[in-house]
Amino acid sequence: MSIRIDPDACTGCGLCASVCPGSLITLEAPGGRACIRRPGDCWGCASCLKECRSGAISYFLGADIGGDGAIMSVRDEGRALEWIFRRRDGTVLRISVRRDESNAY
Amino acid sequence: MAKSLREIRFGCDVLIIGGGTAGCQAALTLGEHPSVSVIVAEKANIKRSGCLAAGVNALNAYIVPGRTPEDYAEYARNDAAGIARDDLLLSAARGFNRAAERLESLGLVILKNRDGSYAARGNRNIRINGENIKPILAGAVSKLENVRVLNRVNIVDCVADGENVFGAVGLGVDEEILYVFEARAVICATGGASGLYRPNSPGFSRHRMWYPPFNTGAGYAMGIRAGAEMTTLEMRFIALRCRDTIAPTGTIAQGVGARQVNSLGEYYEERYGLSTWERLRGAVEESRQGRGPCYLRTRGITPDQEDQLYRAYLNMAPAQTLKWLESGSGPHESDVEIEGTEPYIVGGHTASGYWTDTGRRATLRGLYAAGDVSGGCPQKYVTGAMAEGEIAALSALRQVEGDLTPRASRDVLGSFVENLRFNVESWLGRDRAIFTADDIEEAMQTAMDRGAGGISSGYRYNNAQLAQAGERIEALESLAGDLRAADMREAVRICELKERLLLCRSVIAHLGARKETRWGPFADHADYPKRDDENYLKFVNSRMINGKIEIIYRDIARGREVCEHSNRP
Ligand SMILES: Cc1cc2nc3c(=O)[nH]c(=O)nc-3n(C[C@H](O)[C@H](O)[C@H](O)COP(=O)(O)OP(=O)(O)OC[C@H]3O[C@@H](n4cnc5c(N)ncnc54)[C@H](O)[C@@H]3O)c2cc1C
Ligand code: SF4
Ligand code: SF4
Repeated sequence: MSIRIDPDACTGCGLCASVCPGSLITLEAPGGRACIRRPGDCWGCASCLKECRSGAISYFLGADIGGDGAIMSVRDEGRALEWIFRRRDGTVLRISVRRDESNAY
Repeated sequence: MAKSLREIRFGCDVLIIGGGTAGCQAALTLGEHPSVSVIVAEKANIKRSGCLAAGVNALNAYIVPGRTPEDYAEYARNDAAGIARDDLLLSAARGFNRAAERLESLGLVILKNRDGSYAARGNRNIRINGENIKPILAGAVSKLENVRVLNRVNIVDCVADGENVFGAVGLGVDEEILYVFEARAVICATGGASGLYRPNSPGFSRHRMWYPPFNTGAGYAMGIRAGAEMTTLEMRFIALRCRDTIAPTGTIAQGVGARQVNSLGEYYEERYGLSTWERLRGAVEESRQGRGPCYLRTRGITPDQEDQLYRAYLNMAPAQTLKWLESGSGPHESDVEIEGTEPYIVGGHTASGYWTDTGRRATLRGLYAAGDVSGGCPQKYVTGAMAEGEIAALSALRQVEGDLTPRASRDVLGSFVENLRFNVESWLGRDRAIFTADDIEEAMQTAMDRGAGGISSGYRYNNAQLAQAGERIEALESLAGDLRAADMREAVRICELKERLLLCRSVIAHLGARKETRWGPFADHADYPKRDDENYLKFVNSRMINGKIEIIYRDIARGREVCEHSNRP
């Protein structure tokens, strides 16, 4: 499982690169596009997704662990995180998780 | 072209290595003493580093009303089949609730009952929204005036002379910088170690593991090299997790009351017992005997429960929610398959790590340990890592305020600096090498998997296999010196590989020294398949002397509230 960065959406702000706990993301040049050099090194913590303000990063499961090509991204809505799932057939599903609510379990 | 490292020096009273859970709490504690100067050196960025990066599910260690720290200590000791230190468990447990309150005061959302008390999940847990727990802690640390945080500094070694620790040396993760720290006290809080064994999915998703792949065991390795005593490295932690995503199972089991079933649909847990290792053994044995795969029986939960599970997992292991959604079959329709992970070394769950006194002083003067890297105190989790960070910080503070520890003589410091510079510059200067760090890492994981009880051998090993694995690891240690690094990230990767190799060697020595089987798959010695209280109700400890791992057995002191070292060098 890993991430994909959309070069057209990326503004080169570098926030994702600064928070990745494995220092896996680099900017091609200062202010340039972000890229993940070794996608297989990703832990899947989603820190970079949460940091990106441009929605440029999405998250997928590797085919070796049953991934089916669906991707997930996340939008910071202040009081909630909105998770957006896109299946391969194009259907989209959204789940909004409030920050001020504890897990039910 | 030969590259040379720029040197940057820092001096401080207390150096904290690793700005994770324990490191942040140590910094917050020292932040209340503004005259003490503190540096936190963190290989990533404290905002989202270490175990808490993805968020956590609950606070697993909390003293709920009607229970006492003594109850907790007893529970944790029994779960570890007697191999735990009462003094460490009690002192950690006394700090659990203070840690929870601190987190709440910083902004963590904790579920409450009507009367304002925290809502418990079972006997020892409280429910939270743990998605942003790390940014909350890190935000508080970055406001402290006497604490300086240096992100992207990977510490390689403690500067030590065999008895005292004077500071540390490290590398810039991005820039060609050699960092030198002189400190009166050093707190090691680098977390535990993953990546020693071949993981569940060794291909593209090799890092989809439970424990952070970036916690490489640096703190254990620097302690071992410096001659500090380590304990219980043979008590590996193997987690029971959702297949493929390696997401936690406790949320499902405790949240919706799902029980384990085998492929015949039989509930089997009671046959094996309910301690952490017995639950794992259940799933391992059922599969071994041809009744796998095993599942958590979630079929039939309500759609509302399913929705709550989706949310809970998004807050800590989003891969699992994605998996449910993309497969088109959620837990109310399909049971969740479970499996054991590869073994990790992690003192916050089992008891592996530094041998300390009650104040979390390691056996070298000036060195303290807290969190997953610190031993003898299993099941401490987030709140226990914080409690230990606080205890270690207060001990370091007393040392700094009391005696004036001599600074490193120029010779000791100089030799560490030159040694690291020499190694890194030669990796950077090499045009080519036969192997890469990845090659050697894979070879290490295979050797551990086959010979030291990894997944493919059903977590079991014998003396002959351990000897073979030990020889292989030593051979790989020598190969790791001849690698090439294109940049600083690759140089750091070589350091990480060397840390893991040294820790593998220590783990193998410990596995061989516990000639019994006490905790099922955690340390399953085929030559000695029974528990042997007469000879092994004791700690297996070790120290590296002249490059060799020497084993020391230590008695279990029951009921002691305070333990001092009688074993300082
Ligand atoms: C996925 C996961 C889920 C968990 N869920 C829960 C839960 O729900 N409830 C609970 O109570 N507990 C949970 N735990 C356990 C708990 O999170 C840990 O026991 C605890 O956070 C450990 O704290 P630590 O400070 O020892 O390690 P960490 O918080 O991991 O900190 C170690 C830090 O050291 C840094 N570091 C490592 N090496 C170096 C180096 N060479 N130089 C500089 N810095 C370095 C790392 O980047 C990291 O920031 C979970 C653990 C994991 C892995
Ligand atoms: S998901 Fe986590 S590990 Fe993977 S690239 Fe993003 S921040 Fe790094
Ligand atoms: S956070 Fe988003 S916009 Fe900023 S560099 Fe990363 S991918 Fe690009």
